[in-house]
Amino acid sequence: MTDPSCTEMHLLIQADVDGELEPADAARVAQHVERCPSCARLQADLSALSGRLRDEATRYNAPMQLRRAVLNQLPQRRRSWLSRPVLATGLSAGLAVAASLTIFAVLPRADTMPEWIVAAHIRALQPDHLVDVVSTEQHTVKPWFAGRLPFAPPVKDLSGLGFLLQGARLDSLPGSTAATLVYKRRQHLIDLFIWPTGENEPRGRSSGVREGYNFVRWQTGEMTFWAVSDLNMKELDEFASHWR
Amino acid sequence: MDEPAWRLRWRDRKHPRPSSEPPRFEDVVIPNLDAAYSLARWLVRDPVLAEDVVQDSVARGLSYFASFRGGDARAWLMRIVRNTAYTSLSARRKVRKEQESETLADGDEALSARDAAPDPEQALLRKEQAEQLEKALAMLPAELRECLILKEVEELSYKEIAQVTGIPIGTVMSRLWRARQALMHLVRSGESHD
Repeated sequence: MTDPSCTEMHLLIQADVDGELEPADAARVAQHVERCPSCARLQADLSALSGRLRDEATRYNAPMQLRRAVLNQLPQRRRSWLSRPVLATGLSAGLAVAASLTIFAVLPRADTMPEWIVAAHIRALQPDHLVDVVSTEQHTVKPWFAGRLPFAPPVKDLSGLGFLLQGARLDSLPGSTAATLVYKRRQHLIDLFIWPTGENEPRGRSSGVREGYNFVRWQTGEMTFWAVSDLNMKELDEFASHWR
Repeated sequence: MDEPAWRLRWRDRKHPRPSSEPPRFEDVVIPNLDAAYSLARWLVRDPVLAEDVVQDSVARGLSYFASFRGGDARAWLMRIVRNTAYTSLSARRKVRKEQESETLADGDEALSARDAAPDPEQALLRKEQAEQLEKALAMLPAELRECLILKEVEELSYKEIAQVTGIPIGTVMSRLWRARQALMHLVRSGESHD
């Protein structure tokens, strides 16, 4: 443990625990930890500490009066919109349909899809926009989609793996309507957008970050999946791996 | 290619748009309000002052937002909250030395904590553990605590923490390391790693 190479490894091991390493460096860490008991112990301790902090350190909710005060501080346009949620929902759904038709005609989908996905996620985080059907039961969510969509999206119960199903909604995106499943890990919401893969859509896996939100895209069978969340990339990848 | 006309029309609509243009201020604030308040609470350790900090931050954010050039909007907001929190703290320290809101803070915590366990025994154990943890966190130097809170509570990346605190990523890593070394006794007792 006084080996200088171990001292150099410390920040690398920490970065690995924090999910910050590229696969090549993570592999280097894994290799070192395998033959160095002291560093293996460090890795275990760092993970345990990280777990304790995440589980036990208080995450405070903004009190209602603060939420109201902040809404009052925001520009007028927003407030009048918020006060008429029903009208707004109908209106934005209409615009969304009009939007998807226009955009699809003009845009190659691949270029701006991450932006659309992240924007849809952010919009869903606004009050009362998250889910159309509230359920933690896959057997409730799956039939809810039937009759609303021309395809049957898969719905998985991942609660045993720490991803809790919150509900579902429909999203109008350029080119198609998406079935959106909403999952939660700790305080992080994950939107999973699903639709049948179009002819001109890019294949394979891709990932990235837009406006601080991570996204992962992949295909399974006939379906295209996009997962987006403010969850860190490591855990979002883990979420994705349970679907592939 | 010139920007097509439909894209200009877009901007007036209540609809997600490609983020080649920055998001609207309310789209940054509303989804991150809990995170902003949580950070303020951890930095100023006073529920009332934390509310003031968030409101001040929103006011400051509104006036700075025009100059926001896109990028990581959440980190941008957190940076304002963090700076406002430190300004408020030093302003208050000047006004009065003693801290009378501790009892208020304790009572309020149990109410606003998320994920309270339904089982009372478990809740008590949880509360005791959280108290032990908070005590240990409180003993950390402010600049180490800040990095750890941004990492573990706000779950920001190294890059985002660097943006929020205005320190290089290398310093973020070494501060996290020092903070964690100081807290290792919470998960084990034994030799240290350095």
